[in-house]
Amino acid sequence: MSKIIKTRREVLKTAAVVGAGLSMPTFFASSAFAGYRNEPMGGSVTLGFNVPQTGPYADEGADELRAYMLAVEHLNGGGDGGMMNTFSSKALKGNGILGKKVEYVTGDTQTKSDAARASAKSMIEKDGAVMITGGSSSGVAVAVQGLCQEAGVIFMAGLTHSNDTTGKDRKANGFRHFFNGYMSGAALAPVLEKMYGSDRRAYHLTADYNWGWTQQESIAAATEAKGWETVNNVTTPLTTTDFSSYVAPVLNSGADVLVLNHYGGNMINSLTSAVQFGLRDKVVNGKNFEIVVPLYSRLMARGAGENVKGIFGSTNWHWSLSDAGSKAFVKSFGEKYGFPPSQAAHTVYCQALLYADACERAGTFNPCGVVEALEGFKFDGLGNGPTEYRAEDHQCFKDVLVVKGKENPSSEFDVLEIVEVTPRAQVEYAPDHPMFSGGALGTCNPGA
Amino acid sequence: MLDKFKNNDNALMVFFTIMVLAGPIILAPFGAGYPDLLQRFAIFGLFAIGFNILFGLTGYLSFGHAAFLGVGSYAAVWMFKLLTMNVIPALLLATVVSGVFALLIGYISLRRSGIYFSILTLAFAQMSYNLAYSVLTPITNGETGLQLSLDDPRILDAANSSGSLPSTNLFGLSMNSTAKMELLGMTLQFNVGFYFCALVLILGFYLALRIFRSPFGLMLRAVKTNQTRMSYTGLNSRPYTLAAFVISGMYAGVAGGLMAITDPLAGAERMQWTASGEVVLMTILGGVGTLLGPVLGAGFIKYFENIFSKINDNVLHAWFGFLPDGLEDAVVSVLHFFVGKGWHLTLGIVFMLVVIFLPGGLIEGANRILRRLSGQKTGSSATDGPKQPAE
Repeated sequence: MSKIIKTRREVLKTAAVVGAGLSMPTFFASSAFAGYRNEPMGGSVTLGFNVPQTGPYADEGADELRAYMLAVEHLNGGGDGGMMNTFSSKALKGNGILGKKVEYVTGDTQTKSDAARASAKSMIEKDGAVMITGGSSSGVAVAVQGLCQEAGVIFMAGLTHSNDTTGKDRKANGFRHFFNGYMSGAALAPVLEKMYGSDRRAYHLTADYNWGWTQQESIAAATEAKGWETVNNVTTPLTTTDFSSYVAPVLNSGADVLVLNHYGGNMINSLTSAVQFGLRDKVVNGKNFEIVVPLYSRLMARGAGENVKGIFGSTNWHWSLSDAGSKAFVKSFGEKYGFPPSQAAHTVYCQALLYADACERAGTFNPCGVVEALEGFKFDGLGNGPTEYRAEDHQCFKDVLVVKGKENPSSEFDVLEIVEVTPRAQVEYAPDHPMFSGGALGTCNPGA
Repeated sequence: MLDKFKNNDNALMVFFTIMVLAGPIILAPFGAGYPDLLQRFAIFGLFAIGFNILFGLTGYLSFGHAAFLGVGSYAAVWMFKLLTMNVIPALLLATVVSGVFALLIGYISLRRSGIYFSILTLAFAQMSYNLAYSVLTPITNGETGLQLSLDDPRILDAANSSGSLPSTNLFGLSMNSTAKMELLGMTLQFNVGFYFCALVLILGFYLALRIFRSPFGLMLRAVKTNQTRMSYTGLNSRPYTLAAFVISGMYAGVAGGLMAITDPLAGAERMQWTASGEVVLMTILGGVGTLLGPVLGAGFIKYFENIFSKINDNVLHAWFGFLPDGLEDAVVSVLHFFVGKGWHLTLGIVFMLVVIFLPGGLIEGANRILRRLSGQKTGSSATDGPKQPAE
């Protein structure tokens, strides 16, 4: 216990002793000279891709990783450039970011906050990552976003749909391109009213963490505004694989709609359970029993197979969109991997491009410069139509898609059809909306 | 070398202290010299030392030690939220709360021994996990995990107007601050948080050493050797085992507190049975009943978890780039299954090999090598604990 290194002066003394006789060591204390955390010094810049490779969201994670690798290829000038050609901002030149070649490190979040933070920390401390991106769970996204804020690097959220990510837990260094629970509710409720009427009784099964809670709250509020009644809300642990004990009570509850606030493997299992219990063939209160999955993705629809036919939900993006950006992305993704990308792949690809573009426009990797470049940034050509990164909460505002499981799919990828494109104005809310209040962005942290 | 330490506790203490304090230098060539992993080494080393006091000495296999780790974390984070960002009150509360919790669980569980004891502790830990996950959400924030926020009261600290979260500190010395130094092309990182954990680890190790050498420790060993005979001689072993259980639980609580100190977040998954199983693996892998073994085992497992899981195909291609193309792809495609997300597989194989060929753990392996080097005949036991497989 003779040596506890406290101050920079002591470190320098120690370094001088250790370095004597060896080569002249160059030493510095991190806080003294560096302008910001992990400033890229050589000819390359390192990004950290932190995605679930195991656990209930592993499928989404694998697809995200594919999209990240594609984005890196495009940023470095390889491939056909994908959405870089249709992106409204033309700052990216295909020579890396600010002339530095893009390199990356990967990690496994295991869909656990602890593991995700450990993985992100090692990327920041060991690999010198200047930006962390990824996550297929809002619990993880919120935890890693907090870490990035403290460490002073940028966090570009991947698949996270909880209101909290840009609501109560919003952070200055964090940005979300994906939509959220409130938007799902606002887009879905009118369609549900039109299809199923305004006197329905809904039973909610909800994944027991911040995403499930906020989505349930949003959907319940939006449908109740249309005259629906919420009979019951039951929370299920994320690690549940057998939902039969949760589905059975639905039959006797008097509800005629089941809302599954589940995602990924959870949703595949709970929907399969519900269909096996014959819920969809039941007639309750004189109406056909219906199932709604507010957050849909192609990967899930494919996993659930036949069961998704005719089931409504919302999604951030779908590969069958016909705008130039979507087409370009589907083409380059398809050529590289042989199948169309999921919405998870799309959102993380956009995030990688948006980050790179912001660095180019800011002329620096400094998180504060990047934050400034992204706040209030309006862009187009990334598949969602005109989009804005709102400065107040770092949430992207754009159109939302309402989709339905296709009755007659033509291929294993063609499982969803777009019912309606809900315009941005209908899903927009004030930054201090009660469902999003209680948090503060704080100030950007460059980490040094 | 280790033989000498068997008879000389002071030498062992000095050796251990130097190895721990020089951690950032020793581990840098292995890619493990960055603060987060070093902190984990120290924290889980401490956790395993504490577990070993119960398992190594009394032979009681607790399968629920992660519960104390989790309770310690929650206690520490609450201290950060309510009182102050200084680490001392957090660490104290973590120790006290986990001690009380251990007393409660130990009092009930220790009515049984053997497999029934393991099952009881496992049941309690799973109960705590599920409580933290659902019913106690107002205290634990469920799956999302308990985190600091800008508007926490922190009544002892000055008002925070900087717009960013304060960092944990020891009377103003921030746990995050790191001094970097370039040496022979490596970046050495000396982190305050690590040295704080290291000091606690060294203290914990010293305490464990004293317990191992004390009459109390001897009594605990007697429990392991033959508890029935002990009770026939009229000795009530329960107070001893309960004391060992509580001490061991407090070690876990301190480790949990340190986890919160280095990263102020507490999640329920820390209490899951897999986390309890992990510390059992660490102890067995390193060497049950030895002093250094658990620390070694903890380091080994954490190294695998953090370094091996980061190796992806790109890294492999870089390593084997010197091979001809076809061969390179073949080697990479085979190794692909053992690195990255396959690190559990590699760890499993290593664990099997250790249990089969080195029942005394890595410490036994180290002893064998040293004896081979010094030309001694194998025969006399040189480990500082009984050499027998883990039960």
